[in-house]
Amino acid sequence: MSRWMHRLLPSLVLHGALMAGAALILLPLLWMLAASLMPAGEANHYPPRLWPSAVTFEHYAALFTRLDLGRHLLNSALLAGAVTVIALLINSMAGYAFAKLRFRHRDRLFQGLLAAMVIPAQVAMLPLFLLLKQLGLINTYWGVIIPGMANIFGIFLIRQYLLAIPDSLLDAARMDGAGEFRIYWSLILPLCRPILVTLAIFTFLGAWNDFMWPLIVLTDSTLYTLPVALANLLGEHVQDTELMMAGSVLTVLPVMLLFVALQKYYIAGILLGGTKG
Amino acid sequence: MTGRERRAALSAGMFLAPALLLIAVFFFLPVVAALLLSFTDFDIYALGDLSRLRFVGFTNYLQLLQSPLFWIAIGNTFYFVLVGGPLSVALSLGAALLVNARLTRFPGFFRAAFFLPVVTTLVAVAVVWRYLYHPRYGLLNYGLSWLGVDPIDWLGNPDWAMPAIILMAVWKNFGFNMIIFIAGLQNIPPQLYEAARIDGADAWRRFRHITLPLLGPTFLFVALITMIGYFQVFAEPYVMTQGGPANRTLSVVLLMYEEGFRWWNMGYASAAAFVLFALILAGTVLQLKLRRESP
Repeated sequence: MSRWMHRLLPSLVLHGALMAGAALILLPLLWMLAASLMPAGEANHYPPRLWPSAVTFEHYAALFTRLDLGRHLLNSALLAGAVTVIALLINSMAGYAFAKLRFRHRDRLFQGLLAAMVIPAQVAMLPLFLLLKQLGLINTYWGVIIPGMANIFGIFLIRQYLLAIPDSLLDAARMDGAGEFRIYWSLILPLCRPILVTLAIFTFLGAWNDFMWPLIVLTDSTLYTLPVALANLLGEHVQDTELMMAGSVLTVLPVMLLFVALQKYYIAGILLGGTKG
Repeated sequence: MTGRERRAALSAGMFLAPALLLIAVFFFLPVVAALLLSFTDFDIYALGDLSRLRFVGFTNYLQLLQSPLFWIAIGNTFYFVLVGGPLSVALSLGAALLVNARLTRFPGFFRAAFFLPVVTTLVAVAVVWRYLYHPRYGLLNYGLSWLGVDPIDWLGNPDWAMPAIILMAVWKNFGFNMIIFIAGLQNIPPQLYEAARIDGADAWRRFRHITLPLLGPTFLFVALITMIGYFQVFAEPYVMTQGGPANRTLSVVLLMYEEGFRWWNMGYASAAAFVLFALILAGTVLQLKLRRESP
């Protein structure tokens, strides 16, 4: 009896709470998946169904054929991929300079950049739109890519990571006569691989999930990213619950799979930004 | 400067130039321009012909302060920040305590499950929640009917629309703070708990006198990033309610978007953006001050 009271009961309550919590948190995502596989109309049913009476892929087929969502999937993948590759290069170069190269006002410059992170991105959006309009980049992929290419948080992540790497390693390479770019390319980048993976997930997810800026920049519907296309689709197909759920699955599934595969790196990034920042 | 130092500075410049140039041109320059813009009457005519642009001093700010709609947006945004923020922080701390408990089996699974909504696309899950909130067929009302609660028109009722958006937003992002809290909890030396247990302190007193004080810096960080993020609420009302019903979910950023990019009142919208920035800055300073004053 006392063993039950002291060991098993707390464990039972604890795991009951955890499982109930996990079920509630995952329910919207599971229902999204289930509803996307239901025959048309079945999601508008009382009492609500949690599982399709017959699994159908007709809504996914409609999205790819009739509604051309494949194009938006491609737009999203292309934009997020391009931003990620470019941002990795540019931010890792700057992060390296802030961590390992000596120049005047280095730390003051870095502190200034960090302080600028309190400025909400929305403040810059209106003039940024006008600037890109002048440059002829509104309604182009570049209009979405360019503002995401350099990122203060990305520079910060790389710098924090590199601070832990001893200078002696670099000095040895310099003694051997390696130029700074060579050191960066063949010594620093390989050393940075874990944090580069982290930064890549952050950047890719951020670009994939971004809504407001692509909504502003892209006016031609053929250029829409998935989130913008989905919000647009909702306007015409709000009654087609199953179709909308298929569109939502298509939008979140790639990033969820990416997260599940690379969870460790993603969480390491939050902790590097959250506890040492 | 010796030749060696100059070479070092030169190569540092080459590594920094792309990032700093991009940040300067595509972030700092627009921020300064936005401040200038907020003192002009930049509208759809100026968009076509810049000679139409006039300097109007503080007119935009005065108009904002006199606009009932702007005050509604401010009120709604504060509602979202002041109710959603603490709710998110409390829930994430609760989840972190459960996941991090000594007895918990498979903490990795529960951590991932609670975190999953964070990585999802906001627009997509906002679409999903629109249907969960359906007054007749929605899962939420069905669940509540088991508890004897009458159906609620979540997104159609002016009093329920904001709570509905808050619930969805908290679901979406509490996992992020949970990860930070778990790290904070793991940094607390276990000996402290042992000592307290030997002294006969019960679970609540251990939480109150060890966990909470030692989580102080984590709390501050979590509270700050949550507040800053919540002040910028946009996509949730854009997708779920378009600011309605009766403007009850119109946020400052949604107002800025509508004024700036739908009606092209860019001077006025820039002023709204700067008021938001000022609020975020004031909130940040206030939290830092409160934290410094409390022991």
